[in-house]
Amino acid sequence: MSDPFVLETQSLVKEFKGFVAVDDVNLKVQSGHIHALIGPNGAGKTTVFNLLTKFLIPTRGKILFKGEDITSMKSAAIARKGVVRSFQISAVFPHMTALENIRVALQSFEGNSFRFWKSGESLNKLNERCMELLDSVGLTEFANTTTVELAYGRKRALELATTLAMEPELLLLDEPTQGMGSEDVDRVVELVRKAAQGRTVLMVEHNLGVVSKLCDRVTVLAQGSVLTEGDYQQVSDDPRVREVYMGGTATKKQEAAE
Amino acid sequence: MANATTQTDIQQSIVQQQKSEQRKKQILNLVLLVLLLLAPAVMYPVFLMKILCFALFAVAFNLLLGYTGLLSFGHAAFLAAGSYTTGYLLSNFSGLTTEMGILVGTAAATILGLGFGVVAIRRQGIYFAMITLALAQLVYFFFVQAPFTGGEDGMHGVPRGHLFGLVDLSNNYAMYYFVLAVFLGGYLVVQRIVGSPFGQVLKAIKQNEPRAVSLGYNVDRYKLLAFVISASLAGLAGSVKTVVFQLASLNDAHWHMSGEVILMTLLGGTGTLLGPVVGATFVVNLEYQLAQGPLGDWVDPILGGIFVLTVMAFRSGIVGEIQNFMRKNMS
Repeated sequence: MSDPFVLETQSLVKEFKGFVAVDDVNLKVQSGHIHALIGPNGAGKTTVFNLLTKFLIPTRGKILFKGEDITSMKSAAIARKGVVRSFQISAVFPHMTALENIRVALQSFEGNSFRFWKSGESLNKLNERCMELLDSVGLTEFANTTTVELAYGRKRALELATTLAMEPELLLLDEPTQGMGSEDVDRVVELVRKAAQGRTVLMVEHNLGVVSKLCDRVTVLAQGSVLTEGDYQQVSDDPRVREVYMGGTATKKQEAAE
Repeated sequence: MANATTQTDIQQSIVQQQKSEQRKKQILNLVLLVLLLLAPAVMYPVFLMKILCFALFAVAFNLLLGYTGLLSFGHAAFLAAGSYTTGYLLSNFSGLTTEMGILVGTAAATILGLGFGVVAIRRQGIYFAMITLALAQLVYFFFVQAPFTGGEDGMHGVPRGHLFGLVDLSNNYAMYYFVLAVFLGGYLVVQRIVGSPFGQVLKAIKQNEPRAVSLGYNVDRYKLLAFVISASLAGLAGSVKTVVFQLASLNDAHWHMSGEVILMTLLGGTGTLLGPVVGATFVVNLEYQLAQGPLGDWVDPILGGIFVLTVMAFRSGIVGEIQNFMRKNMS
């Protein structure tokens, strides 16, 4: 519609007792894009993420979602608005089945979650939608498996399906391929591409191969502030980007190039 | 489209499984009911009532520890709030029927639980435990000092009265079946809650709180409601206990009691419905047996030893270990 930017930050600052972790970050995420946030370790990527989803409170600055100021909203309220995040370490409910994991997310919109007197069977009407979501990430046969028993890659797939159950307008993915073998990485790339249809994605990612395949736009953070922004080609040609990656963290670059 | 059929198949098999588990639960409930109905034929009813009161207390506590992941170290306050309120009312207003005294006692514990909850719920882990402990100590000193509680002596000779003004509860058997009804009511309420949509959210919060937040749940409110329900049922246990023993004493408010309910729950098995019941039965029995014999002075060290053993070797508690064993050997 009118506003091309789904998410915008204005002069976002986060200080931890004098240490400036995020310094004057102005981020604009365009609607429909897959937008990557990259940078060497300690650049403040995850901190920015936590600020966006209110797991941390910004010291200064503003966060706008579709033009609305959401700086002072709580995490849960933002999730309901359609800004849903995933976590760096796989975030599932380990002692529930795969189906129940997704059902808890769907239940969030049912408005019956405080009804402690209601029978659990009232939740069965959500099962069909759960199965669709499980199917979309290739987990149909694991619907009734306790999550703790799933392999790591499958847990991440489940997590993505749970996140999608929230029908987010803006999906925030914190290193979706972290700790995965190359096979799983390819699967997640496909999943993210599928998930991104009709919505906007902002992801933190270390694996530059993944970024080059997926992302329409890349923002590079270094030492808490934005170094540069552009499409993958522009960014990877930028000598300053090479410098922050090579200077001191040369191995990182090699790892990422693999 | 072949995919769609497998989807429905799996869905159906899940619903089937739910139903068969439901049936198992009902059978277990029925067995429990029959046992408890027949129990006074072989055991002294007052002793049984003591077990039932503590079992209800532990079931209430387990709603928090086992299903929400909150360790309260102040649950004695709710037991005592129910206990003293009911004791005071029944002692001073002879026109009051017993069930009214119990209801108001439960209400008092509920309100106290709301107060505790609002203060403590924002903190997590050890801080939550410490705040509940501190608040419970405040309540303890209130009961020591307040003029109507009888201070160190407690309240004695609380009349049992008449249920609904009709049934004379001074008869131990009448009293027993009333306590049994209250206990079963509380037990079924917790069973229902655990399986409800609300219970699902509690489980999610226990297993991964940040994730629950990111799915749009205002977790503090869910925890608060669970806390208040738990306090309320603990208060109910205290109220009924006062009527049974015709006595409200500082023991109920002491932090020792908060520790004991943790012991009962862990010993029986947290996160299982029957665990706290078994745990309470075990502890009350053991205390009684030991007090009879030459080891009377050794109750606390022995309980302590059992506690250490449970935490180190049998994490899932009695019922939990049995369940694990059955799962391993029967499927």
